[in-house]
Amino acid sequence: MIEVRDLHKTFGNVVAVDGATFSARDGEITGLLGPNGAGKTTTLRCLYTLMRPDSGTVSVDGIDAATDPLNVRRKLGVLPDARGLYKRLTARENIAYFGRLHGLDEATIRARSDAAIAALDMGDIAERRTEGFSQGQRVKTAIARALIHDPKNVILDEPTNGLDVMATRAMREFLKRLKREGRCVLFSSHIMQEVAALCDRIVVIAHGRVVADATPDALRAQTGESNLEDAFVKLIGSEEGLAA
Amino acid sequence: MNSLVVVFLKEVRENLRDRRTVLNTLLTGPLFAPLIFVLLINTVVTQELDKAEKPLPLPIVGAQYAPNLVAALKQQNVDVQPAPADAERAVREQDADVVLRIGADYATYWDKGEPAQVEIIYDASQRFATTQAGRLRALLQLYSDRTGAMRLLARGLSPNVLKPLSMAERDQSTPQSRASQLFSMLPYFFILGGFVGGMALAIDTTSGERERQSLEPLLANPVPRWQVLGGKLGATSGFALTSVLLSVFAFAVVGRFLPAGKIGMTLEIGPSFAAGTMLVMLPLTALLATLQTLVAAFAKSYREAQTYVSLLMFVPAIPTMMLSFVPIKTQAWMYAVPLLSQQVIITRLLRGDFVPVSGFVLSIVSTLAALALAYATATAIYRSERLAISA
Repeated sequence: MIEVRDLHKTFGNVVAVDGATFSARDGEITGLLGPNGAGKTTTLRCLYTLMRPDSGTVSVDGIDAATDPLNVRRKLGVLPDARGLYKRLTARENIAYFGRLHGLDEATIRARSDAAIAALDMGDIAERRTEGFSQGQRVKTAIARALIHDPKNVILDEPTNGLDVMATRAMREFLKRLKREGRCVLFSSHIMQEVAALCDRIVVIAHGRVVADATPDALRAQTGESNLEDAFVKLIGSEEGLAA
Repeated sequence: MNSLVVVFLKEVRENLRDRRTVLNTLLTGPLFAPLIFVLLINTVVTQELDKAEKPLPLPIVGAQYAPNLVAALKQQNVDVQPAPADAERAVREQDADVVLRIGADYATYWDKGEPAQVEIIYDASQRFATTQAGRLRALLQLYSDRTGAMRLLARGLSPNVLKPLSMAERDQSTPQSRASQLFSMLPYFFILGGFVGGMALAIDTTSGERERQSLEPLLANPVPRWQVLGGKLGATSGFALTSVLLSVFAFAVVGRFLPAGKIGMTLEIGPSFAAGTMLVMLPLTALLATLQTLVAAFAKSYREAQTYVSLLMFVPAIPTMMLSFVPIKTQAWMYAVPLLSQQVIITRLLRGDFVPVSGFVLSIVSTLAALALAYATATAIYRSERLAISA
């Protein structure tokens, strides 16, 4: 369970997040939808305590991110926008490194790595050094290492960015699997179809503010558009119209 | 396992797999500098020895005016050569190191018993020409003194009349101290070894990690940033220390091939020198590794980091330059200044001079204090939000 209350974050004169409030529940996939530059990445960075919000609160499973960032990070599995691997380590070593940083013992790391390698269908690349990995192979490795500590909450920043059709489909299946396991899944995207196909709940964000927070059906009803993409455009567009 | 150790082990393992880093740490850094150093010293010493032992080649202009002088020079291992057309030009163009010119009126003055002029033509900006001119001057002085003494004896006077003073020089330099002048650059080579050894990791673990986009995922782990930094610093220091250790060892080995004995010098490069050097270099290397990391973390990109860290390399050269060009007496306060204290202690160890225990303690404590300060600054930088975000 992730809860965000009245989040503000500015960089100099640029207001990145301007009073965002939403929550993501366990056993659901929540999509953070918005155009490029809407403040999605900054919001997520505040969630996994890489950044400190100017005001507002973030809590994960009831733990306040401002007072206990270490325990918040323990509760989270994070696939950031930056997903660089250590190219001189094998995929398995990359995964194990994060397991050790979480304080897991070697047997647990071994067992969880094997499970993740099977689940993500990456048996053929597990013992290879990650130098020269394809985008899809890199994302798989990054996800496996982000989930090595079996977190209850999973945050993914544009997880399908740069993936081909097959890899995107596999990623969607994987997100659904995380949901079935009862986890709280929060991911950001600027792709309408993806969010429509996956999410139980959609949080539309524009200019750092939440402009809609509902189920896909409710969103269609709210805007009077039967097509979700039109609903999205209407939400963002009207907002821009107001701003002008 | 402690996260600091986890980070340390991972950085060590990853960088040991990088051929270029390993080559720099284990080969280029520690071996290159002492080798160049030994080659340089060898060339200088051998050249000096050659010049001193070989006959002095000397073109003489007007040799026919002073056959006795020429004969006396020939007896003193001078290789008389035919006169060049233009003596000054021959010297300027380095066709000859030194030329002797005897005037046509030499015999006239000589016979009258008045000073007969001879000219020594040389170029003082040519190092070896100065040495050769000095040899010639000494030979001419000898000839002049001898002839003067004989003239006095012929007039019934004691040659001592012309010697109210008798000068005797008592050189207090020991073979070690003579050697140390040549070797005052040595501490810098050790420091340089550590610098080269730590450079790759200092950059790779900071701006490199950020540029490869792996720093943000790393910082999403539940590890306090001071531990992440500590592990990275440990790995950088470890590589730098290995480099210094190998450098000291390499010098102890190749130092034996130095022709120090030929010019009456002995070097104190035994185990006690190596141990003392490592003792004072240990905290200094950690300090330099931290400074490298600090500078690299400040940089916005890998390239910028390389530039800054390279510039930082000139800082340790300052006390070396100072001490080798302006020899200052060792004073107690020098032991309390990081960099300077290592310079002083290593040089004294090499000379076989006494280094007080308090000197070692002061050096180590002051360097550790500077290290703590640098580490605190680096931690502060690591806490900033800007650090993790690439581009």
